Amino acid sequence: MSESGEQNATSVIVEKLRGWNAKAVSEVIEFHGETTVVVPRELLRATAEYCRAELEFNFLSDATSLDRFPVEPRFEVSYHLVSIPKKLKIRLRTKLSGADPTVDSVVPVWPGAGWLEREIFDLMGIRFNGHPDLRRILLPSDWEGHPLRRDYPTEGFRDVPSTYLPAFKKQ
Amino acid sequence: MTTVETATGPAKTMVLNMGPQHPSTHGVLRVALELDGETVVKADPDLGYLHTGIEKSCEHKTYSQAITLTDRMDYLNPLGNNLVYCLAVEKLLGLEVPKRAQYIRVMMVELQRISSHLVWLGTHAIDMGAMSVFLYCFREREEILKIFERFAGQRMMTSYIRIGGVALEPPAGWREMIGKFLKMMPSRVDEYEALLTENRIWQGRLQGVGKISLEQAIAYSMSGPTLRAAGLAHDNRKVFPYSSYEEFKFDVPTRTDSDCYGRYLLRVAEIRESLKIVKQAMDKITDSGPIRTEAPGIVPPPREKMKVEMEALIYHFKIFTEGFSPPPGDAYVAIESPRGELGCYIASDGSPKPLRCHFRSPSYVNLQALPLLIQGQLIADVIACIGTIDIVLGDVDR
Repeated sequence: MSESGEQNATSVIVEKLRGWNAKAVSEVIEFHGETTVVVPRELLRATAEYCRAELEFNFLSDATSLDRFPVEPRFEVSYHLVSIPKKLKIRLRTKLSGADPTVDSVVPVWPGAGWLEREIFDLMGIRFNGHPDLRRILLPSDWEGHPLRRDYPTEGFRDVPSTYLPAFKKQ
Repeated sequence: MTTVETATGPAKTMVLNMGPQHPSTHGVLRVALELDGETVVKADPDLGYLHTGIEKSCEHKTYSQAITLTDRMDYLNPLGNNLVYCLAVEKLLGLEVPKRAQYIRVMMVELQRISSHLVWLGTHAIDMGAMSVFLYCFREREEILKIFERFAGQRMMTSYIRIGGVALEPPAGWREMIGKFLKMMPSRVDEYEALLTENRIWQGRLQGVGKISLEQAIAYSMSGPTLRAAGLAHDNRKVFPYSSYEEFKFDVPTRTDSDCYGRYLLRVAEIRESLKIVKQAMDKITDSGPIRTEAPGIVPPPREKMKVEMEALIYHFKIFTEGFSPPPGDAYVAIESPRGELGCYIASDGSPKPLRCHFRSPSYVNLQALPLLIQGQLIADVIACIGTIDIVLGDVDR
């Protein structure tokens, strides 16, 4: 399908979403041929269910998160959906504040979200309500902190200085 | 010991710890198996033994520096990782890549797919007790690695695909080298098939093992050979073509048996299709032409130009000291790696370093369905199932 044809098809999808619930679409971002629909967090699971059941987005390709610290709302959770019958892609996104980074899990909609959401919980510290098995997955269960947050240091371990710092090397 | 209710009444089950130091887990996967006799009641994969924080490291490197990190995720598919990362950055920048470079990319990635499937076939055969296939597969893989060494100077961590094109001009005599490989390979694939396809032990170990329905495979976001063996011809090269794949003629093999044996036959068929693509790419690559797009300040200028033009020298210096800054926004690109959908999500805030770099690794998502595949099967089948999902732990843990 050509780029413009794809654009038309996704704008039809966005219109259908608006027609279903005008509150579900708080913003639409078009960037380099990718359509992002920003959804209020209360409506995320309902929108996801509508996308899967009515709009044929049957394949959850990826789920990921982003931290814009110190800008508020700092977290973004994105779900990349693929419609295998329609050959279309769309991204659902919800924004979360640093004070309360929780959102409804989409595991009841796509079971494949299970590990993807566990990874986000583990590395970014976002909690998913209704997730059947929300545990750390890549890091040990007693790990403190969430390394992919922007305020978590890349080098060094929490308050211990990095071995690359000159002060540490001298000792 | 815990007591569970089974069909024949209450029974004792025991928990067996498989891995992380177990040769058939293909790295460092640990699976806690709850067993009733030899039958798996429940399985809980435990990951993270190879977690290296590549996504975090990417945020602290410039866009071009991070390419070397992508090699180290899925170490059987470094060129595919390079490609998905570069495609994502190019999408952010809105950069066009010259056709010649696109064909070189396709050729290299398809050779990589063959080599990855060969490692899979060899190691899976050795898990199932067939020693000689392993030696044959690694013999042919060595030929592919020699080709990579000639192209990139590296056998495994190639970093050959760069933002805007590829790193180097194809080496002298590359056509003969790849031509020789293409001529040899079909008969070698026949040889593996002669050893395995009709082999009764092989069939006995794989047929009917690790079945999953198509609905479940889609619901659990499985992709690649595991999904296609369940009967759906979903291949990102066909459905969402990238890097000029729409110009190539090839079939997407599918099967409907959806068991370990079906996945084996499917991967062998994919090796043959990849050979076709390599042949077509070879014919499409012209002897001369650009291998990198011209984008001052983003793509390094050719070395000859740097020696005569001051601007080229300045751009070269700037790219390698401060990097370049894509416009704020984000991009997600998905390609078909040997294991399934390999995705890269990059978000830029307008600085020379990515705000976020996430890799959707096919091994990780496919492995999620392992407990489904092995429930009610025997311990020996667990090994067959882990093998045919084709996981690479570097890719799972990143």
